[in-house]
Amino acid sequence: MEVKVVRDILEANEVIARQNWDFFAERGIYVLNLMGSPGTGKTSLLERTLERLKGRWRVGVIEGDIATSQDAERIARYGVPTVQINTGGACHLDGNMVRGAFGELDFDQIDLLIVENVGNLVCPAEFRIGEDDKVMILSVTEGEDKPLKYPLMFQVSSALLLNKIDLLPYVDFDLERFRSYALKVNPRLQIMEISCKTGEGLECWIDWLEERASGKRG
Amino acid sequence: MHELSIAQSLLEILEQEAKARGAAKVTRVKLRIGALSGVVREALEFAFEVASGGTVAEGASLEIEEVPVRIRCPRCGVLEQEGPFLVCARCGEVGVLLSGRELEIDSMEIEDGGQSRQGHP
Repeated sequence: MEVKVVRDILEANEVIARQNWDFFAERGIYVLNLMGSPGTGKTSLLERTLERLKGRWRVGVIEGDIATSQDAERIARYGVPTVQINTGGACHLDGNMVRGAFGELDFDQIDLLIVENVGNLVCPAEFRIGEDDKVMILSVTEGEDKPLKYPLMFQVSSALLLNKIDLLPYVDFDLERFRSYALKVNPRLQIMEISCKTGEGLECWIDWLEERASGKRG
Repeated sequence: MHELSIAQSLLEILEQEAKARGAAKVTRVKLRIGALSGVVREALEFAFEVASGGTVAEGASLEIEEVPVRIRCPRCGVLEQEGPFLVCARCGEVGVLLSGRELEIDSMEIEDGGQSRQGHP
């Protein structure tokens, strides 16, 4: 016999993500879920961000990767508490994996947590981890058609950082067309053009991030 | 390949639902998957086939209904969109997403475990 069920397949993750969010909210911690393709500049952005937040915010970092702790080692040089999560093959972090890192960071000493997700333009978009904002980073070498091909990630993101704009003279990336695609997919998307290499546009990003994080701290 | 995670979450729900109804076997599952969800149908079918081995849903067939992207435009009303867009294809106004993000189980076909027949239609 056929029985109606009507349940969200990812409801178990939604529940855990909500509990994580509560955990962070009780401590006044703002959580950023940073997503983007492999090689787009997530770790570089994190490094530039840590340099600029130093002394003003107590930052903690969770590094998500399929394997290796190279990124965590890169970040640990900046003197911020960092924990590496290896997903062991999974293409994204989920609520449960982030919860697994709770015991490894002293959250009384953190007011801004940055979670670098696994490099992937599809899967991380579907799984909440307890974040306040999802932010995606895309580089101009990836092409302006990406909002049309991977709309979900653009839709769930509050802000988009367009990286490597110092390479614009050398690649066929139509900035206007990109903006129009991205805003058709998500009209509320905050787009910022940056270069982690030259530092261009990073003030704008830091202002955005600090404003968002201040709202959480109250 | 987050389809494997999705298949595993789906199987957890099927196990719960089958147990709650005293069913021995799930033979067919209907899903509603939105066009925006980023799920590849073939990948999900394959992941489900692999992950369902040894569970109550082993060998069950998956029926997937694809749900189109629909928005409510403040000017033009409810309309189906050709692409993954939240702005109205007719007038360019920003609309509200009504469907397209679904990732849900709709129904399942079960076989009775033999006991507890009463109470179920």
